[in-house]
Amino acid sequence: MSETEEPLRAELTVEYPFTRTTGDVIGAFMTGLREKRIFGIKRQDGGVLVPPLEYDPVSSEPLTEMLEVSQSGVVDTWTWVDPPRPQSPWNVPHALALIRLDGADTSMLHAVLVDSPSDMSTGMRVTAIWEEERVGHIADLTGFVKEVEESDS
Amino acid sequence: MSKSHNFRDIAVISVASHQTKILSQVNEVQLMADLISRSRNSAGLKQEEIGFTCSGSSDFLAGQAFSFVHTLDAVGAVPPISESHVEMDGAFALYEAWVKLQIGEVDTALVYSYGKPSAGSVIDVLATQLDPYYVSPLWPDCFSLAGLQARSLLDKGSISLERMSEVAMRSQKNAFDNPNGVRSSEDISLDDLMSEPAIADPLRKSDLSEIADGGCAVILAADNKADSLCDRPAWIKGIDHRIDSHTLGARDLTRSPSASLAAEKAGRNSDRLDIAEIHGITSAQELILEKEFALEDETKINPSGGALASDTVMASGLIRIAEVASRIISGQVDRGLAHATSGPCLQQNLVCIMEGK
Repeated sequence: MSETEEPLRAELTVEYPFTRTTGDVIGAFMTGLREKRIFGIKRQDGGVLVPPLEYDPVSSEPLTEMLEVSQSGVVDTWTWVDPPRPQSPWNVPHALALIRLDGADTSMLHAVLVDSPSDMSTGMRVTAIWEEERVGHIADLTGFVKEVEESDS
Repeated sequence: MSKSHNFRDIAVISVASHQTKILSQVNEVQLMADLISRSRNSAGLKQEEIGFTCSGSSDFLAGQAFSFVHTLDAVGAVPPISESHVEMDGAFALYEAWVKLQIGEVDTALVYSYGKPSAGSVIDVLATQLDPYYVSPLWPDCFSLAGLQARSLLDKGSISLERMSEVAMRSQKNAFDNPNGVRSSEDISLDDLMSEPAIADPLRKSDLSEIADGGCAVILAADNKADSLCDRPAWIKGIDHRIDSHTLGARDLTRSPSASLAAEKAGRNSDRLDIAEIHGITSAQELILEKEFALEDETKINPSGGALASDTVMASGLIRIAEVASRIISGQVDRGLAHATSGPCLQQNLVCIMEGK
């Protein structure tokens, strides 16, 4: 091989050629998203875990009692993502936040779609917006927007 | 570590590590062949004299299942070896080797780990370790998640932007004398750091770890074997690892209970600490760890500059152990704490406390 020869190259696509069933709890949450509804699950102490898990992340107790929560809530903490990550559902700069929905005792990770970080603050109220076509996926939620903007529109 | 069993005394007797911004024209086998040879040579051991070999690396980063098998070439094609691997930082491979040595059938072990993040985007690859239904599909990068954590700390009032920059400055100054320190400065000022724009708001560039290629190899030996191979072994007085919930929204991100518990179980409180090498990917995480480990002024924190100066996925934790061990072996210090973390926002933590006799 001469020194000027280019190294061999080949395309490599990393695949995960399996399907998984989501089960009674995560499956119910995903089905809810398809219907524009957000479900949580009741913990032993009466608190509500959103998004729901089959087992309590702290006590490991099995959980079964699902209930619907609000589509609005507060931002517990946030950061700003610019540029947006290449594989993420968002193609514009956005906030990433932990959002505690009304009726929930834990927070869920999602985007808050505002123009700049100066529009963000901890404790601000946000509400969900939805994709037109929903398939039972966490990205059926387009993200969250300021609650006041929602009521104005 | 329970005192009700008869534990063997196990020590780190030799270390070798290398970190640089981009390892070009050098693959993982070439990198590790050099480091493994150096660690074996300085212990005076040949591969056939090593009882167990354990490594840590990331197939997700390499984009190939069982990628670590290729790197085994660096150990040598012969003799056949007893071997294991973790898809984790090498500090956790060291824990496995420590357990293997405790069983008592072998007296020596080689532990190594490496990462070459320059070949891809490690901050995105790390999203694959998150909840596969609720979080991974949103592809949050690791620095954004750490940004959520830093803001929680600021909102709670337990840290300030200035304290974060002080930690970043400590890292850059300490790393100045470290040949593996990728981001270092002798004379950077607090004003310089505090005038940087936010990257993962509220975190600035200097608050985020400097991503680097590299690797580390460590030799462990038990009892008399350690004494016969090394003038001043770094004896492992305690080692423990613990984990917090996978669910970010169910955790108090301003704390790391698993780090605190691991330190307690490893015997953090039994004596003073001369140094601590702690593994955080942000300045804010180092501040959480300082508190969880109750580090006071008597302890020099991250004399190497820590992971903020050079962060090699899968090796940064093992390098913390190597940094403490090498200072004990050389006689600079008597007792130190090394820490490794894994998962988002300090979810899983390992603490290893070493001392010279």
